[in-house]
Amino acid sequence: MTQLALVIDLNVCVGCHACVTNCKQWNTSGEAGPLVDENPYGKDPTGTFFNRVQTFEVGEFPHTETVHFPKSCLHCEDPPCVPVCPTGASYKREEDGIVLVDYDKCIGCKYCAWACPYGAREIDEKQKVMKKCTLCVDRIYDESLPEPERKPACVLACPTSARLFGDVHDPESEVSIAIREQGGYPLMPEWGTQPSNHYLPRRKTKMKIHKDELVRVDNPLKKDGHLPKVDENESFLEDSASW
Amino acid sequence: MHPAFSVIFLTTLIGAGQGLFLALMTVQAYADIGALALPEGSYFGTNSMIALALLVAGLIASFFHLGHPERAWRSAAMWRTSWLSREVIALPIFMGLVFVYGLLHYLGYNPNLFGENAPPQGELTYLVGLLGVVAAFALFICTGMIYGCLKFLQEWNTPLTPINYTLFGIASGFTLATALTAWMAPTLVNFYGGWAIAFTVLAFITRSASLIRNQRIKHRSTLATAIGVRHAQIQQKAQGAMGGSFNTREFFHGKTAAFLKSIKWVFLVLVFPVPVLLLALGLQNNSATLLGLAFAIQYVGLLAERWFFFAQAKHPQNLYYQTI
Amino acid sequence: MSNNNTASTLEKGVEVKNTTCYMCACRCGIRVTLRDGEIRYIQGNPDHPLNKGVICAKGSSGIMKQYSPARLTKPLKRREGAERGAADFEVISWDEAFDIMETRLRHLRATDPKKFALFTGRDQMQALTGLFAKNFGTPNYAAHGGFCSVNMAAGMIYTIGGSFWEFGGPDLERSKLFIMFGTAEDHHSNPLKIELANFKRNGGRFISINPIRTGYSAIADEWVPIKPGTDGALILAIIHEIIKTGLYDRDFLTQYSNAAQLVNQDPDSDDFGMLVRGLEFDEGKIHPHDEMWWDRKNGKAVQTHTEAEPALMGEFTLEDGTPVKPSFQLLVERVKDYTPEWAEDITGVPAETIRRLAHEMGITARDEKIELPIAWTDAWGKEHESVTGNPVSFHAMRGLAAHSNGFQSIRALSILMSILGTIDRPGGFRHKAPFPRPIPPCPKTPNNAQDIKPNTPLAGMPLGWPADPNDLFVDDDGEAVRLDKAFSWEYPLSVHGMMHNAITNAWRGDPYHIDTLMIFMANMAWNSTMNTVEVRKMLNDKDENGEYKIPFIIVCDAFQSEMVAFADLVLPDTTYLERHDVMSMLDRPISEFDGPADSVRIPVLPPTGECKPFQEVLIELGSRLGFPAFTHPDGTRKFRDYPDFITNFETEPGSGIGFLAGWRGKGGEKSLRGEPNPKQWEMYEKNNCVFHYELPKSYQYMRNWNQGYLEWAQYHRLTRYTDPINIHIYSEVLQKFRLAAQGKYGGKQPPDRLRERIETYFDPLPFYYEPLEGQLSDKHKYPLNAVTQRPMAMYHSWDSQNAWLRQIHAHNYLYMSPKVGAAGGFDDGDWVWVESMHGKVRCLCRFSEAVEPGTVWTWNAIGKARGAWNLTPDANESQQGFLLNHLISEELPAHGHGEHLSNSDPITGQAAWYDVQVRVYKAAPGEKEESSPQFDNMLPVPGQPERKSWLAYFAGKRPGKLNIGKRK
Repeated sequence: MTQLALVIDLNVCVGCHACVTNCKQWNTSGEAGPLVDENPYGKDPTGTFFNRVQTFEVGEFPHTETVHFPKSCLHCEDPPCVPVCPTGASYKREEDGIVLVDYDKCIGCKYCAWACPYGAREIDEKQKVMKKCTLCVDRIYDESLPEPERKPACVLACPTSARLFGDVHDPESEVSIAIREQGGYPLMPEWGTQPSNHYLPRRKTKMKIHKDELVRVDNPLKKDGHLPKVDENESFLEDSASW
Repeated sequence: MHPAFSVIFLTTLIGAGQGLFLALMTVQAYADIGALALPEGSYFGTNSMIALALLVAGLIASFFHLGHPERAWRSAAMWRTSWLSREVIALPIFMGLVFVYGLLHYLGYNPNLFGENAPPQGELTYLVGLLGVVAAFALFICTGMIYGCLKFLQEWNTPLTPINYTLFGIASGFTLATALTAWMAPTLVNFYGGWAIAFTVLAFITRSASLIRNQRIKHRSTLATAIGVRHAQIQQKAQGAMGGSFNTREFFHGKTAAFLKSIKWVFLVLVFPVPVLLLALGLQNNSATLLGLAFAIQYVGLLAERWFFFAQAKHPQNLYYQTI
Repeated sequence: MSNNNTASTLEKGVEVKNTTCYMCACRCGIRVTLRDGEIRYIQGNPDHPLNKGVICAKGSSGIMKQYSPARLTKPLKRREGAERGAADFEVISWDEAFDIMETRLRHLRATDPKKFALFTGRDQMQALTGLFAKNFGTPNYAAHGGFCSVNMAAGMIYTIGGSFWEFGGPDLERSKLFIMFGTAEDHHSNPLKIELANFKRNGGRFISINPIRTGYSAIADEWVPIKPGTDGALILAIIHEIIKTGLYDRDFLTQYSNAAQLVNQDPDSDDFGMLVRGLEFDEGKIHPHDEMWWDRKNGKAVQTHTEAEPALMGEFTLEDGTPVKPSFQLLVERVKDYTPEWAEDITGVPAETIRRLAHEMGITARDEKIELPIAWTDAWGKEHESVTGNPVSFHAMRGLAAHSNGFQSIRALSILMSILGTIDRPGGFRHKAPFPRPIPPCPKTPNNAQDIKPNTPLAGMPLGWPADPNDLFVDDDGEAVRLDKAFSWEYPLSVHGMMHNAITNAWRGDPYHIDTLMIFMANMAWNSTMNTVEVRKMLNDKDENGEYKIPFIIVCDAFQSEMVAFADLVLPDTTYLERHDVMSMLDRPISEFDGPADSVRIPVLPPTGECKPFQEVLIELGSRLGFPAFTHPDGTRKFRDYPDFITNFETEPGSGIGFLAGWRGKGGEKSLRGEPNPKQWEMYEKNNCVFHYELPKSYQYMRNWNQGYLEWAQYHRLTRYTDPINIHIYSEVLQKFRLAAQGKYGGKQPPDRLRERIETYFDPLPFYYEPLEGQLSDKHKYPLNAVTQRPMAMYHSWDSQNAWLRQIHAHNYLYMSPKVGAAGGFDDGDWVWVESMHGKVRCLCRFSEAVEPGTVWTWNAIGKARGAWNLTPDANESQQGFLLNHLISEELPAHGHGEHLSNSDPITGQAAWYDVQVRVYKAAPGEKEESSPQFDNMLPVPGQPERKSWLAYFAGKRPGKLNIGKRK
């Protein structure tokens, strides 16, 4: 069975928010739209977004890591938001595991949002229905789009390709390999929700310098006579030896 | 969590309605075994309608919680999995039973289904009332479980949640019944008053238990599990939306810790000692006013209790919003 | 096929068009989907060489820029009697606007052309604006480079003949070690992000040297926090260590730089510090290559690039008794005392770290050599079987540039890159056409005041590249001819002009008063100016007769920026989606490492209201005023409009060089050079709006010295000369200015007050000095450095009007180490005052562990004036947001070198934004909880779209039935 998901590589995410606004523009005019913005030009502008990037600082100066952290619906294998929905508007698709909301059935009771530990759902304050990431379900199967573009908007936009998209149930998929080989992890595993989206941790490249690498055979200083030379007039062993 | 007043009113109003109905049935049950004299006239009919009125008011309040109240009918669909759906089913059933119960009493239509000489437990009002009792308890459980079933809302995820909902509903219902009975059937006042005090004390015990429990909760999710970075010192610098978002509005009470604490003391005082004291004084002095005051104060206290119930619950999503 | 969506597969009402983004300076290819004429989706064009399909947050938010309520849509005239700054305008027609401008400018051009000044912002059309100014005959033209990053351009171009950003960059595809100094995300940002991610995935090691860890630095393998303005000291110490350990690329330096060339060391000679030249001149050559090496074996001076094995170190005596040293020896002497320990005290970077950085660079360069099987021939005719490279690369930006010691720091960086042998080689720094160019490049300004004549185009370019003091644009007294004093002795190599001083100078009348100031797309009343509060007053200031000191101000902008309020005439510009544009080889194209590339914008939407592209304004004005470039000899108009101009303009009649390099020749069969092609625009349109010419492999590397490339470049008129472009480890250009200051150079002499300044800073070898403001301020009182960073989701001031982007950055904080708060007795999130010797600002503070403790910083240009950009008066941007600009002066305090010297690099005039020293203290209890200073509310002007209280953007008509989301 297919389970579509995103794998987000924190090792290369620079926190540019491309995924945030590209998602917004695709979806506001898409089948999940419009995504409302309140006070767009006033105090405390706020709107519906399916995906947001946050920033965390880890550790103390000077050993600080700045972590940019994108988060959207994780399309859990066992999504707690689905069974609580009283109308059946929230559901998980059999065929690809995407968790969706049927706007026409949603009564806007927000119970699913309460039931999601990740804060992945947002009510649209004008349409009054619950909205969330659809994995751009209106792109990924759209045969009028060229095949390489049948991906979620955030994935297409991401300049560092920090967002991988694919079937996490297929062990040979790019996402499965990335999870397997690069230590992909789920968020809040303690609740057993089995999020399909995974995150790849920071990885460090270090350089080990061996002492002898600093001593080179063809040191150019030799050519210019600038390696330390011994003054032959100094005191030597033979000055006092009695062999 | 952000306390939603529609839900606060819904749960407190229907709780009192359920409690009031249970109080009526308690009297009828006692009367049927001869332990009490059945009150005269329109007592049951009127009080049933008052209970129904509370239920209707609660239902109306609940509609304010919905983005699309016109689609509320859809919400019965998922009763297999959703406690909310079950509540949506239980509430109208219960309301219907209360209505029928009250109507039968009002019309005085009360045939014994098991024959004229059968025990009074076979009377139609009794049987309808019995169904109502089942529905009332089912409704208490549904309402409580809406919150109690959310396992990562650890403050709520305990059997104490439905127990508290039940006992608060019953206590407030009996307190109301005491006050109403003081007007309508003064002989029963002591009966109700005694139960009201007993249930209030019981609710105090279970609510205190949940307060103590919640104080000791060790939250399973931490910022480290939320973002998957294992480090003792993680600080959030940006939440992704400076003007706020649904996440910063829906899951935060927005008040200070001191305010939260003061509300706790407000409800602890208003729900328990004050009503008990007023009930005792009211009973002693045969004062319907004092008894009415007991209910009013307890109800206000329950509003505070329910506010606190929401505000105290720390949703794990709040880990992603550290700088509210 | 330009679009992958064929018409048949598109739903009704849907169109897909290609153009080029302009949400920042990166210039990615974009594909715009329209539905019923409204923008449905803007995506990165997958077939575009620059961004390869990706797009950033800004580019993805173009919809909200297009439909912003901040847009200007009608030409406006300041209402009679209304004060400047009050934004009280009446709508006029374009005809009236043109008549007003024509009358005024015709008079100025016929009397004193320099009384017209044209300064432009981030316009990407400097070739045209420069042409306009030149044809007008005014020297008073510049774009924003002077306050952006001219140090980076000049420091590198005067050293290696190319620079970062548009003209070159790190070859991350092949690099193994990448070191980034203070870099913001706005130039070349998507390509850099693409490459950085691939670099990391391929196992490259990324080190970021920056006082602050944000953006790119976040994903660095190592963060080296450094005190602002001290990068030069760090780099010099690294050079010290690399030379000391012999980790430099001696062969590269010998062959391809002037490291081995001999420098006259006779202090009594007028040629002291100049390269020693051979006696026999290369007859007929403009650039005789007669510098000398010291032949180690034979112990005598010889012509360079002979078979001799030259000395890099030592001191020698020529036959005529002249003492000489190789340049490299002078560098060795220069860095001798720049030890890691010395640098530790200045930079805050531990000496051990500095040594390790040097070793990592040197060892990687030495031991990870790349060899590509690409044969090439060098400029001396020597054939090479392969191209080799040392895979250490660098990138830097304003972190180095925006300091008054930036030029010398960047010279030091260029030299570090050179001694590691990484110039235009795989894995190192790579050029992009039209660079490399001669050092310095050929364009020159006029060099005397008499070159400005009424009704005559300027005899030279308004901006150029001085090669020696005689190229300075000064009058007979040695004083500035330009309003901004660029190319004067105060800032001799101010090659991008000094827009940041134009308003102050015009207001003061120093060097003279002007009449008309035309500002295009630059927010000079807000974030684009230093000393914002005072500059706003200057724009409004009147003389004793009640006349404005700057009599007439024309502002062309697409949006209601703070500057608009100060205009006498407002011209509504289009957005990038409504215009034609060219990213021209004559300006800053989008070339790739493998060859030249340029690109265009083609409108995807009609102009909103009466918006008119600024280019059309210039062409109309140029035609009306009879400029030679825009009219036939009989005075009739040459070009119908801007697209027609682009198609048919040639730099000289028949030169075959125009603004666009692609599809030239009558049928589009020629590249780079060829006759105008009437179908050129269509051909660009069909080809993703981009022209990319891939050079043969053998021309792609070592281009400074690659005979094939140099001849190819000359043939295609990219460059005038085929001479090799040797790296200036030792800068003879700078030495000429120093000699002039010492009275030893024939020709122009600096005024006496500036002799010491020139002598000090025009050092032919890089050196470290404390930034000028630091030298002149009380560091005990103002112990902290304050700098800005550019957020990735905002481009300068442009995006606060953008409903989506402003949700990400609604206001800014002053970030600082918790130690600063502890010392000042305030907490995270408190209101604080940040104060410099020039002014103070009240703002919200936020503690951070990702900042060097001596530095405070904020996001640039989030703060707005109340009501500007059509935000509500209570918007976060004006109530909590703030500008650091209020703390930064455009001029240094009066000191020995002058009363009103610009707060800029003394060599290039680069605005020293990042030099400011501050202190931070807690706001008093009871103070207003809003940022300070505040300004009067700016009201919307006539024609601005309505500001809605909520949006539910949906492009076009909603299709009947939506199926997605439906539960089956």
